[in-house]
Amino acid sequence: MDKTSRPSISVVLAGSGGAGVMTAGNMLLDAAARAGYYGLMTRSSGPQIRGGEAAALLRISAFPVSCHDDKFDLMVAVDWENVQRFAEEIPLDAASLIVADPASGEMPQAIAAKGARHATVPLKDLAKKAGGRPNMVALGLVAALIGLPESIVIEVIAKSLKKGDPKTLAASETAIRSGLATAPTLGWREPLIPPSAKTGTRWTISGNHAAGLGAIKGGIRFVAAYPITPASEMLEWMAPALRKVGGTLVQAEDELASINMAIGGSYGGVPSLTATSGPGLALMSEAFGLAIASETPIVVVNVMRGGPSTGIPTKSEQTDLNMAVYGFHGDAPHLVVAPLSVADCQFATQWAVRLAERTQAPAIVLSDQNLGQARAIVDRPPDVAIGGGRVVEAKPGVGFARYAVTPDGISPMSLPGTPGGQYTADGLEHSPRGTPSSQAKDHTAQLDKRARKLEGFDYGDHWAEIEGDGDVAVITWGSTTAPVKEAIARARAQGLRIRLIALRLIAPTQPAKLAAALAGVSRALIVEQSHGAQFHKYLRAHYELPDQVDVLARPGPILFKPSDIVSRLMNGGRA
Amino acid sequence: MNTVAPQAAYAARDYKSDVKPVWCPGCGDYSVLSAFTKAFAELGLPPERIAVISGIGCSSRIPAYTNTYGFHGIHGRALALATGLKVARPDLSVFVAGGDGDGFSIGGNHFLHACRRNIDLTYVVMDNRVYGMTKGQPSPTTEPDWDSALSPGGTGLRPFNPLVIALASGANFIARGFSGDPNACAQLIVEAARHPGFSFVEIMSPCVTFRPDQRNWKEMVHDAPVTATADAAKAARRLMTDDGFNLGVLYKGDRAPYQPELKESASIADLEKAFQT
Repeated sequence: MDKTSRPSISVVLAGSGGAGVMTAGNMLLDAAARAGYYGLMTRSSGPQIRGGEAAALLRISAFPVSCHDDKFDLMVAVDWENVQRFAEEIPLDAASLIVADPASGEMPQAIAAKGARHATVPLKDLAKKAGGRPNMVALGLVAALIGLPESIVIEVIAKSLKKGDPKTLAASETAIRSGLATAPTLGWREPLIPPSAKTGTRWTISGNHAAGLGAIKGGIRFVAAYPITPASEMLEWMAPALRKVGGTLVQAEDELASINMAIGGSYGGVPSLTATSGPGLALMSEAFGLAIASETPIVVVNVMRGGPSTGIPTKSEQTDLNMAVYGFHGDAPHLVVAPLSVADCQFATQWAVRLAERTQAPAIVLSDQNLGQARAIVDRPPDVAIGGGRVVEAKPGVGFARYAVTPDGISPMSLPGTPGGQYTADGLEHSPRGTPSSQAKDHTAQLDKRARKLEGFDYGDHWAEIEGDGDVAVITWGSTTAPVKEAIARARAQGLRIRLIALRLIAPTQPAKLAAALAGVSRALIVEQSHGAQFHKYLRAHYELPDQVDVLARPGPILFKPSDIVSRLMNGGRA
Repeated sequence: MNTVAPQAAYAARDYKSDVKPVWCPGCGDYSVLSAFTKAFAELGLPPERIAVISGIGCSSRIPAYTNTYGFHGIHGRALALATGLKVARPDLSVFVAGGDGDGFSIGGNHFLHACRRNIDLTYVVMDNRVYGMTKGQPSPTTEPDWDSALSPGGTGLRPFNPLVIALASGANFIARGFSGDPNACAQLIVEAARHPGFSFVEIMSPCVTFRPDQRNWKEMVHDAPVTATADAAKAARRLMTDDGFNLGVLYKGDRAPYQPELKESASIADLEKAFQT
């Protein structure tokens, strides 16, 4: 083992959009998985389809990882076009190595200012000689520098190009080998330690795909949706997958149609979903209220991006929290669930489907671009049995009351086709029988019922991920959970006793459960990716918090580094 | 529409609920409700196999007045909701009902795409050229000089021609009826329901409260002097040049409806395999 070998290494492949850095990044991740490593790749790109800036950010590790490290060890720039635009998102320091093509011209000042070491490799020339593309030369180069075996990289490329032109494959292989051969000339080699022995099945999966899989596992068989960044990959994965399991996906004319189609499918008894991002959720808000009032279960997966308005479509932020929780007219109890990692996108979505079906309430799943578009090598998540389906009245009697006031607030639902169960689902307030009513007694009874069915429901242990003890707690939610976890591990290594509380169930709130989780905590750090500290204010409104509360709230698109959180923790809450 | 073999002889009254309509006395929509229930009886569909879907407006209240399954959704989105229901539950007979404001203004985009998608739905629009529930504002089919508080002196805008737009957007069946003749309207609904794909039936249904002038419609309507055509070009010419009072089936296309096949060919474990490393 080299002296410089490391358990985890972080690599950036950057270039202009269309240069193939995402392709090369995905292949590198696949090779790492095949070699037995864990890892993840996130994407950063500008809005252009071709010619803008793009970067594949990877971390490959001998142990499970779910976020990026504090800095990148190696950056390979296929070209320098517009790369300075996300210099801020690529932390580098004097120990990092930047490799660029001398033909690409001078390194942008914003990158040079980071003080990293610098080497040149004629990527384009080598690609030209090989008959391949510069991104493949870069792939070979990185593989060699971090110690991935050549045979595995070649296997991965052969697998991914097997359906293509054999000449393309041969050229790509030659390009990769020329990259591999160039590596020793750089005098930099920081190979990974050997991977730990593989136990159990591993997946390489994106958050968006995991959410799609979780949806299908939860029972979703009808999806209607309108394309939007960064949610489209979930839908594009689900379209063929649903067809295989006897379901279907309809591409709707807009988000107004998507959610109404989902409500229609669910009214028919088929668990239904739509997926979108912030602007789409805004358009869906009226119909979301219809799902609440008519007690039609649906799931809306919102893969958050920078907002407001069109905002930053390709980059992550946790700023649709307020809209997801409060954005509906009337007293509108509903479910909001947030995945805590790429892998958890599966469980969180599956759980949201089961909760929605069981309680006949709509659910929002708040994923984000960071989780959705990240691809990670993970241990296959365990199958979690989630009981309870829709409460259906199979043999409705005379005078069947669809919205009967029941002790738990859940009224048995008849499905179209069931004789004697006919009723009109309505967005108008209604009597237990479903007849429109503007009377105070009906309004109060139905409001009570719709609130009670969610407030009284037993969400079990899934409402949050809680671990550790001590008088310091970090409270977070969604995608910021990953850097928080890594920060906590580091702080513990420095002697701090600390506990993690990551909320998976955002609404309805669980004050008694959080109070129990916070027992003995005197200081809390709240971590969230929002400028307005939406999560902190939400907690303040609904929960008792410790006397000493520190808030680390920062907008996107820059992701939290574990060290950002560690320094807050170690400085006793002072920045 | 799906052909469900009649299990029993049904009468129109079997499809009426005990909910009293909110409509004004003399409203044309009473006759359309009656046309619907007569049509259901003639189609011989068990009430539980039917779903009536609507949006918001006077005419959109209709689902609660039937004894079928129904959904009174939000303004303008009835076609979208019905699309989801029909795709998920192709075994049901799905009817969509609403008014001109709901269907052509706030719901205009869904109208275009429902025609284009050609799902096996029957869409009945009760057109009274006014927003009645909000007390008398002009709709997309209102005459340009019709005076109202919201648009004093009239909108000055050319009315929308829903039949032409339905044809151009791909509807597979286009008809016009008049609520003054509920039996004829029932026949149009029956024919529309039996025709595969998206069927659009415009029923001129007077608003006696805000458009008392529409009482004259009964003098103006007349049966179409032609038989239904399957030639879209011919239908376009007919619809573009008619006087707006031409009743009957005006177009019957032969485009195959959109209905994805729902068939299971793989397990969830099979889906997972793609992610295994």
